Amino acid sequence: MKQDFDFSSIIDDLGGGRLLAKNLSQFTNTVLNEKTVYSWKQQGIPDKWKPSIIKLLIKVGANIPNNFMPPGMNINNFQDNFSKNTELLNKYDNFDDSDVSKKQLQLFYEKMLYLRRFEERVGQLYGLGLIGGFCHLYIGQEAVSVGMEAAINKDDSVITGYRCHAHLISRGASPYKLLCELMGKGDGISKGKGGSMHMFDPKNNFWGGHGIVGAQVPIGTGIAFASKYLDKSSLSLIYFGDGAANQGQVYESYNMASLWRLPIIFCIENNQYGMGTSIKRASAGTDLSKHGESFGIPGYAVNGMNPISVYLAALKAVKWVRDGNGPIILEMKTYRYRGHSMSDPAKYRTREEVQKMREEQDPIEFIKKKLIDLEIYNEDKLKSIDDKIRSEISGLAEKATNSISTSEKYLYTDVLSENYDE
Amino acid sequence: MSKFPVRTAIRDAIAEEMRLNPNVFLIGEEVGEYEGAYKVSQGLISEFGNHRIVDTPITEAGFTGLAVGASMGGLRPIVEFMTWNFAFQAIDQIINSAAKTYYMSGGLINIPIVFRGPNGSALQVAAQHSHDLSALFTNIPGLKVLAPYDSADAKGLLKSAIRDPNPVIFLENELLYNEVFEVPEIDYSIPIGSANIKKLGSDITITSFSRGVHAALKAAELLEKENISAEVIDLRTLRPLDTNTIIKSVKKTNRIVSVEEGWMSSGIGAEIISEVSSKAFDYLDAPPERIAALDVPLPYASNLEKLCIPDQDSIFKLCMTLF
Repeated sequence: MKQDFDFSSIIDDLGGGRLLAKNLSQFTNTVLNEKTVYSWKQQGIPDKWKPSIIKLLIKVGANIPNNFMPPGMNINNFQDNFSKNTELLNKYDNFDDSDVSKKQLQLFYEKMLYLRRFEERVGQLYGLGLIGGFCHLYIGQEAVSVGMEAAINKDDSVITGYRCHAHLISRGASPYKLLCELMGKGDGISKGKGGSMHMFDPKNNFWGGHGIVGAQVPIGTGIAFASKYLDKSSLSLIYFGDGAANQGQVYESYNMASLWRLPIIFCIENNQYGMGTSIKRASAGTDLSKHGESFGIPGYAVNGMNPISVYLAALKAVKWVRDGNGPIILEMKTYRYRGHSMSDPAKYRTREEVQKMREEQDPIEFIKKKLIDLEIYNEDKLKSIDDKIRSEISGLAEKATNSISTSEKYLYTDVLSENYDE
Repeated sequence: MSKFPVRTAIRDAIAEEMRLNPNVFLIGEEVGEYEGAYKVSQGLISEFGNHRIVDTPITEAGFTGLAVGASMGGLRPIVEFMTWNFAFQAIDQIINSAAKTYYMSGGLINIPIVFRGPNGSALQVAAQHSHDLSALFTNIPGLKVLAPYDSADAKGLLKSAIRDPNPVIFLENELLYNEVFEVPEIDYSIPIGSANIKKLGSDITITSFSRGVHAALKAAELLEKENISAEVIDLRTLRPLDTNTIIKSVKKTNRIVSVEEGWMSSGIGAEIISEVSSKAFDYLDAPPERIAALDVPLPYASNLEKLCIPDQDSIFKLCMTLF
């Protein structure tokens, strides 16, 4: 092949031999001698360095000569969807604090506090033996559900794993029905047949409540598929944890979601531990927001302990998806204060670590301070809101405790649907 | 009546239901442009387009879960597994998601979905491509399990399956695809849960399903030569099992042999014999018997493979021991 470029101009484009040697060394994690790079000006660039150099050329926006490509490669190998989509996403305006109204801050406080007090009460009821089985509390992660919910519509679908109480309440499900479900009562949202991990509220577009780690991800992808098939504008918000992020079907979903440009926000609630295994011991690549790269799904990491950050990130993600760009990944860096479930020896992390998070990064304390600093609420008002929430949840818990157990008549119902008219 | 191979009957059922309901769609590997690994979906993409005949990547767990979600979102997916062997990759979504959601949600969310594809042994495709999943799925509440034999049943049952509001497992058989049978020319469907008496008889009942029916009918011909009149029942639906038809027949013939191409252990035959023992024990003149695939992974070599699957001779011999 005839060469229509000279190597020295490429090296010059990349800042000269010295800088290129440094950049290539960093880029490839090897030590490359400056003199070697200078020698390429005369001797030509070896094929094995070309891919890295092409990536650097793309990065600086320099021209890539056609026949510079190493054998068997073309420009498409480098300019994948990811770089295109990431570039495109970066051009989207970021939302900022001016997009958060006073009213929104008040709601963040009230809603997060409600979730916390609800889960605290659930923990107590579990301790009293009124709730059985597995029970996973959301305490510490409230900013994620509240911030995300504020950015989506009622028409949008939400699906998650088994740590689902908060997402249901955020969607508008009845907290009384949740408490009843947890206690196996007839008024339970699943008539007492699902329990903590399996609750659904299709009227509020909440699709579970799934007990198998990661299984909700392809299901949520299918809800988005249906939305697109039926020409609707609704998106699918799929929550899963850092533990689930290692399941194969998550990547199968990424692939199909991107292939078919499905309207999905993959929201990874990275609370740092998949049960008792820290993400560092479980994921070869801990940068979960980038796991969609090779599928062309852009993503970014968000401070999941701050409802404002979550909300602003969600606004951008929602706009991205609604504009028809296909899926996006949001990795929420968050933390759960309680154990994975109610039976957690907590030997995998120190008390000090948990205490530090509680003291320094608590999402409710953060909003509380903000409300006071902005003189939206004073301490008295904050306390009266807390009191009101506590007494409401107490009342509901009492009512649920006193309600009747689920009926044996439900034992054989709902195995198969006989409703053929649908 | 006109005559069609089972393959065409299945295709026609899909096409007819897709014409009736715009929310019915077919999804799976090679169902579209390739027109099906076994050509079952031949011609469908040209009629319905790639919006409704959806080619997937090779990603069984993923597209099965996606189809479950699509049914939550208001659609009626028909999921084709290139063969049922590959559905093991997706078994969690079938059992934990599709079959259990209606119950776990207290009846709030039903999953109308059909999982279909060729099941069981073909010819010399060895253990990983010859698995018969019939018994496995009949163990699961929340599923309906169908395994038709001829073209008319394949078409009529598949139409019922597509209209059913529940997850339905539809087990086809590669070796039956080319077999030609009569199909009614009228618009019809066959209710799920009813067996069909393929041959009336008075001395012994032989039950089977899918390709096993063929061997059972052939065995009945051999028995006829011995002046034994066999009644052959095609179960058609394995869950819910039509025990009434079986019990009624046994009360008449006083003998029963169950035939299946899956393994014996905890199989369809075990279920049938248990039902017969408890509901028609006093009518039995001989121990209830069953014949099934030998208790080994299916071997590749033709001579060994042949030994594993019940055929007319082995069924005939077993029946003869009961007289």
